[in-house]
Amino acid sequence: MIVADKKPIEEIIEELGAHEKILILGCNECVTVCEAGGKKEVGILASALRMYFLNQERDVKIDEETLQRQCDHEYLEEIRDKVDQYDAIVSIACGVGVQFTAEKYFSTPVYPGVNTCFMGATEERGLWTERCQGCGQCILARTGGICPVSRCAKRVLNGPCGGSSDGKCEINKEVICAWQLIVERLKALDRFDDYEELSPLKDWSTDRAGGPRKVVREDVQP
Amino acid sequence: MRLSYPTNIKIIRVPCTGKVDILHILRAFEKGADGVYAVGCMEGDCHFTSGNFRARKRIEQAKVLLDTVGVGGERVEMFNLASSEGPLFAKFATEFVDKIKDLGPNPIKLKKKAA
Repeated sequence: MIVADKKPIEEIIEELGAHEKILILGCNECVTVCEAGGKKEVGILASALRMYFLNQERDVKIDEETLQRQCDHEYLEEIRDKVDQYDAIVSIACGVGVQFTAEKYFSTPVYPGVNTCFMGATEERGLWTERCQGCGQCILARTGGICPVSRCAKRVLNGPCGGSSDGKCEINKEVICAWQLIVERLKALDRFDDYEELSPLKDWSTDRAGGPRKVVREDVQP
Repeated sequence: MRLSYPTNIKIIRVPCTGKVDILHILRAFEKGADGVYAVGCMEGDCHFTSGNFRARKRIEQAKVLLDTVGVGGERVEMFNLASSEGPLFAKFATEFVDKIKDLGPNPIKLKKKAA
C-alpha cells in the first residue's frame, strides 16, 4: 500500500489561510490502513480544526467526508454536487488523491493533509517499512523476492557494496543490508548458485529517470 | 462508605478504558466539556491486558492536540486505581475538578456562547 504520515496540524492551519468553508476529505484505502487519512483521521482533524477556529473567533465551517478512493473518477464524482459549498478542500489521501481531486475540481483549492512517504508494508501496528519503488521492471524473481532497488540505499544489483558489515548497512546500523537478506533467502531456497550470475544492465527508463510514467492497457480499455 | 465527590462530573461507563478513543475526548471538548479524565485500572492489572496503556497513549495524544488548538492539554488526564479504591476515586474527582476550576471554563464554550 501507499504509506503516508500525518502532517503537523499547525502546517495544515497555515495552508488554510483565510478560507471559511472547508471540506476534510479522507480516503478509505491505503491511508486508512496506515492510520493517516481514513474516516477516523478525518474526524480528528475536523474536530481539532473546528476548535482551533472557534478559539480564534473565526466562523469557519468544517465538514467531513470520506470516499472509497480518491484516485478513481467514480468515487470522486460523489462530491460533485456539494463541492461548490466549499472554498477549500483538505485531502488527507495520498499525493495521488490530492492531485486527482485538484484536477477534477479545478477551481477549488485542494491542500494536502498528509505527507505521502512510500509503498510499503505494515510490519506491526504503527510501523511501516518501504518495499517497492515502482521501478517498472521487477527483478524480484532474480533476487529471491527481496528488492535491492527499494531496500538498498545504493540500489546496487550485483551483491553488497563495501559498506555492508555484520549484515547491516553503513548508512544506519538499524538498516539491514538488502543483499545480506537476498543471500540468506537464496540459500534458503537452495538457489545460491544464482547469486553468481551477473545482473544485466537495468533499464532505468521505466523508473523516474524516464519522466512521468503511464500504463496503457488496450485490452481492458472500453 | 457514603463518600461524596463533586456533582458536576458526568460519568460515561465504558467496558475498559481501552475503548476510549481520542475522538470521544475531542468531541467532549467540542460540546463544551471543561475537562475530561479517564479512570482506568492499575497498570499491569488490565483485564484486557493493555487497555489502560492504550488509553494513556490516547490521553497523551489528546493533550498535544488540545495544546495545539488552544484548548489546553492540561484539561485531559488519566488516573489509575483499583475497583475497590472508592476513596481514591473520590479524591481524584475532587482534585481534577479543583484543577479545572482553577483553569476556568473551556475557551471553546465561551467563544461559542459569544458567537
